Amino acid sequence: MPEIKVTPLGAGQDVGRSCILVSIAGKNVMLDCGMHMGYNDDRRFPDFSYITQNGRLTDFLDCVIISHFHLDHCGALPYFSEMVGYDGPIYMTHPTKAICPILLEDYRKITVDKKGETNFFTSQMIKDCMKKVVAVHLHQTVQVDEELEIKAYYAGHVLGAAMFQIKVGCESVVYTGDYNMTPDRHLGAAWIDKCRPDLLISESTYATTIRDSKRCRERDFLKKVHETVERGGKVLIPVFALGRAQELCILLETFWERMNLKAPIYFSTGLTEKANHYYKLFITWTNQKIRKTFVQRNMFEFKHIKAFDRAFADNPGPMVVFATPGMLHAGQSLQIFRKWAGNEKNMVIMPGYCVQGTVGHKILSGQRKLEMEGRQILEVKMQVEYMSFSAHADAKGIMQLIRQAEPRNVLLVHGEAKKMEFLKQKIEQEFHVSCFMPANGETSSILTNPCIPVDIALGLLKREAQPAPRGFIPGAFPPFSPQSFRLVSPEQALKELGLAEHQLRFTCRVHIQDPRKEHETVLRVYNHLRGLLKDYSVQHLPDGSITVESILIQATAHSEDQGTKVLLVSWTYQDEELGSYLTALLKKGLPQST
Amino acid sequence: FQYCLSGHPTLPCNVLKFKSTTIMLDCGLDMTSTLNFLPLPLVQSPRLSKLPGWVLKDGSTFLDKELKECSGHVFVDSVPEFCLPETELLDLSTVDVILISNYHCMMALPYITEYTGFTGTVYATEPTVQIGRLLMEELVNSIERVPKAQSASMWKNKEVQRLLPAPLKDAVEVSMWRKCYTMPEVNAALSKIQLVGYSQKIELFGAVQVTPLSSGYALGSSNWIIQSHYEKVSYVSGSSLLTTHPQPMDQAALKNSDVLILTGLTQIPTANPDGMVGEFCSNLAMTVRNGGNVLVPCYPSGVIYDLLECLYQYIDSAGLSNIPFYFISPVANSSLEFSQIFAEWLCHNKQTKVYLPEPPFPHAELIQTNKLKHYPSIHGDFSNDFKQPCVVFTGHPSLRFGDVVHFMELWGKSSLNTVIFTEPDFSYLDALAPYQPLAMKCVYCPIDTRLNFIQVSKLLKEVQPLHVVCPEQYTQPPPSQSHRTDLMVECQPPAMAYRRAEVLTLPYKRRYEKIEIMPDLADSLVPLEIKPGISLATVSAVLHTKDNKHVLQLPPKPPQPPASKKRKRVSDDVPECKSLKPLLSGSIPVDQFVQTLEKHGFSDVKVEDTAKGHIVLLQEAETLIQLEEDSTHIICDNDEPLRVKLRDLVLKFLQKF
Repeated sequence: MPEIKVTPLGAGQDVGRSCILVSIAGKNVMLDCGMHMGYNDDRRFPDFSYITQNGRLTDFLDCVIISHFHLDHCGALPYFSEMVGYDGPIYMTHPTKAICPILLEDYRKITVDKKGETNFFTSQMIKDCMKKVVAVHLHQTVQVDEELEIKAYYAGHVLGAAMFQIKVGCESVVYTGDYNMTPDRHLGAAWIDKCRPDLLISESTYATTIRDSKRCRERDFLKKVHETVERGGKVLIPVFALGRAQELCILLETFWERMNLKAPIYFSTGLTEKANHYYKLFITWTNQKIRKTFVQRNMFEFKHIKAFDRAFADNPGPMVVFATPGMLHAGQSLQIFRKWAGNEKNMVIMPGYCVQGTVGHKILSGQRKLEMEGRQILEVKMQVEYMSFSAHADAKGIMQLIRQAEPRNVLLVHGEAKKMEFLKQKIEQEFHVSCFMPANGETSSILTNPCIPVDIALGLLKREAQPAPRGFIPGAFPPFSPQSFRLVSPEQALKELGLAEHQLRFTCRVHIQDPRKEHETVLRVYNHLRGLLKDYSVQHLPDGSITVESILIQATAHSEDQGTKVLLVSWTYQDEELGSYLTALLKKGLPQST
Repeated sequence: FQYCLSGHPTLPCNVLKFKSTTIMLDCGLDMTSTLNFLPLPLVQSPRLSKLPGWVLKDGSTFLDKELKECSGHVFVDSVPEFCLPETELLDLSTVDVILISNYHCMMALPYITEYTGFTGTVYATEPTVQIGRLLMEELVNSIERVPKAQSASMWKNKEVQRLLPAPLKDAVEVSMWRKCYTMPEVNAALSKIQLVGYSQKIELFGAVQVTPLSSGYALGSSNWIIQSHYEKVSYVSGSSLLTTHPQPMDQAALKNSDVLILTGLTQIPTANPDGMVGEFCSNLAMTVRNGGNVLVPCYPSGVIYDLLECLYQYIDSAGLSNIPFYFISPVANSSLEFSQIFAEWLCHNKQTKVYLPEPPFPHAELIQTNKLKHYPSIHGDFSNDFKQPCVVFTGHPSLRFGDVVHFMELWGKSSLNTVIFTEPDFSYLDALAPYQPLAMKCVYCPIDTRLNFIQVSKLLKEVQPLHVVCPEQYTQPPPSQSHRTDLMVECQPPAMAYRRAEVLTLPYKRRYEKIEIMPDLADSLVPLEIKPGISLATVSAVLHTKDNKHVLQLPPKPPQPPASKKRKRVSDDVPECKSLKPLLSGSIPVDQFVQTLEKHGFSDVKVEDTAKGHIVLLQEAETLIQLEEDSTHIICDNDEPLRVKLRDLVLKFLQKF
């Protein structure tokens, strides 16, 4: 049986450095190429030596697909393509292609310039890497080679995020990347058609969470921000430059407008304006409402939100600051956090998931004394709030997507093992499909049952498909070569092989007692058969013979006995059943005429 | 089959019947009919209202309310009407899908979707829909804001029309001409559209796959591939090989077509678009330098983006920095905004700009620096800001409605001013006719980036379709230049021509169809090598057909007859399902056959030779077996066990297929 093999190099029972190898019908595809925020050593990148020990990656992989621009999905790409060496195609959507290099450059700067690491990819490498990228449209079928095709579906989550269908012949896999099943203030919901893949590889960040309605969360968020600002506190919201940031900005912008608030809102880093610009230019990727109204009012032009300057952090009085990065693991958000952590009037709101090992994760798990660089201990007195705004599908959403796509198997990645286990059981119970959750480096094999396409002669198809939908097809495949099967009618097969048909004919003599004249006997036989064989064409021909379909019945008088008539029933082997039946029937004699 | 519903080669409307699906290709609206009408002025025009009524040669004046005369031309004084695609040729409610190739070719959509009982789906790309909506909005708006009390219909009477001067006399199907649709109808029509992306494979009823491909002509413009597993029809409509703003044309995917339908070629085959742009700029600069105004009648989207881009590069060097450019259209703002958000549908250079991120079109900068201003109409803010000399871009290119009518009336009397025609859809002389006599200069710089005949012949050589189908206009030189045999489509075999209201049988035939075989059935097949290198397996299977997909499955096990019913009535035995017997092949060697018969207990076998073979006689059983090379005939008494025994013996010698 053919099988699909899946091996996560990252994101197997874990969140971070997503990288999943898929082998399907002889094709090898790498899904995402991310980095891990929780590590600063070798473990931050997937172990590409797993793919091939000696050979070139380009020879082994048919293509690489990047689902969206978050670094845990694309952060290792320049390392992979330029330092390990891969020259094949890399596919991503247009917005991802636009934004990805900027985030990579940002990441490079933090790592090399600030932390002073060497042996890291360079700006030039990012550029060279991006040259290998082929941008894809939503729903476009991209023919990677003759057999392998991929297709992107809208995934919500962040601007340009996509789910990908990978298809070879009848076999297919869908990889969701990160997705969101509920539309938010700036993006739409993920959507896929009933494509019935053999395997659905789904993220499961919120495998056990069922989130309350978005409105409640938003109200909660606004209330907390408002209260803090009212009592003169400062609010820090660590975000990634693109994604949640825009949603929360829209939220605060409209709230400030409505409540006529005066406290300043800042957005850190130069990326901001640029980021908003991307949203403006790729507005077709946002949700319906924003797209409809953008001519009158572009939602990404903010009145109340201004650029942040480092000096502002020490300003007295209330303020709200969006700062990057989102998990408080480095950069400006961490700097501001250190400044404000000591004051209980202040608040930090974590609007998204934090990977283990980051400061964000530590404070969310209740740690209040943090060991910073240089053995310094930072005491956190400010309020720490967690509010799930990250646009991942929750358990309900994941189930919904499975219902939409109707996969034959499900495989979970990008989540924590314990939570996955729970969801796996739920999926198996509800959908009666197998569910896998391989750890990193572990391979899951999924058996498939692909059908085999053949060419059928049109005449044969029409003959079989029309009158009797359940007719049996006698057919043949000449010539028999694995590349091209053809199904033709037996007649054509014989003709193509240069063979003549051998006709096998039977003629049976059936004796009937009937003193009447021959033509009267024939008429009686005719009426009798017509009465019985309602579904067959029974005809009385002018030459005195009867046909039942293609079976011929003729009557002659017995040479010796005038009271006996001999019926000659003649049929070919192809009418064997009917011929045999008819002779048996006639042998029983004719009913008494009334 | 192909049904041609529009005679206009660049505004096509054809219906294709392909594998039991009915597909409408484009929905073009022929607006040249409006040239027969008087312009709709936004402000009361004394000149137009004073035009004399038309009087017949015999002096009768019964038409003078409907028809007005201007400089020797006769115009209908009524709400302008459009020439619809043919609606009688076939029942349009049977159309399953409509494929739209570009925003100019969907203007008749509301007439089709809202009036014919159409219940199918329309497919188009997102830019096509958005910009198509803008074009329709502008059209509806510019006609609805000038309500006209009069609706002329008397002149349409066949008897009356015969008496009219040309071109009214020769106008076709005037009784079918219709007034413009309304916004609710536009919205209803557009709601039936499903958005598609380039190279997206769309399955129609499992039988047909359609795919839009970039055609390079306009934002989101597409050619379509309509194919089954074994036939491929390419629909090429409005394509361009020039590098302007849209994504380049995808030619490779058009290869191996059985039929290529070719429409939407350039309407001005003799004009070079680049040269025309140059002329446009220099005429514009000259007029403005002399203190005159320039009027550019145009559509709100398309070539205007390229013109603005040229001007952006040109104005500083030409010293025009202080000249205001006005873009007046109810959809001007939307059009400029929309152009900036379709990054994925743009040419590579523009895409790269978006990645920076910068707006792809430089008109964003023109607007920011106040060099280009846009207004919904001449009323309101525009009248306050209006400064002369200036350049005005506005619609409609037919000069029959829209703000352009106002500027023609305003500027027509001065020879300082210039009107520059860039849109190729209307004859500029006809467009100008109701404004004669005119003092203003008229410059004709038609910019049509669609394929010319040289490019067509190159394209056809490249993609090698088996047959080409095109409007009849393309199979002969243009009537005005009958010696230019280079201005027609040349290919081998010659292109098949179609004309309005004609049905064409397309020459594709197929012999095979794709079906799928279930793996368990495939496993059960035993290939047999019949001849060296040729193997064969016989298949006995059940064909399942669902949604036009065919799957071969193992035949179900015959159900065991219920044991309880011992005695069945004869009629129950009627063989129910026609289980076909295989074909036989081979011949029976008579000696071996006789030996076999003897082995099976027939002792009295007698063989007679005949002309073609042998006759084997079983005397006791009164049975006769005729053996010939390709046939065997068993003639016996009604002794079923005997017959079956003989049958099986014969079958042993034969191959089954």
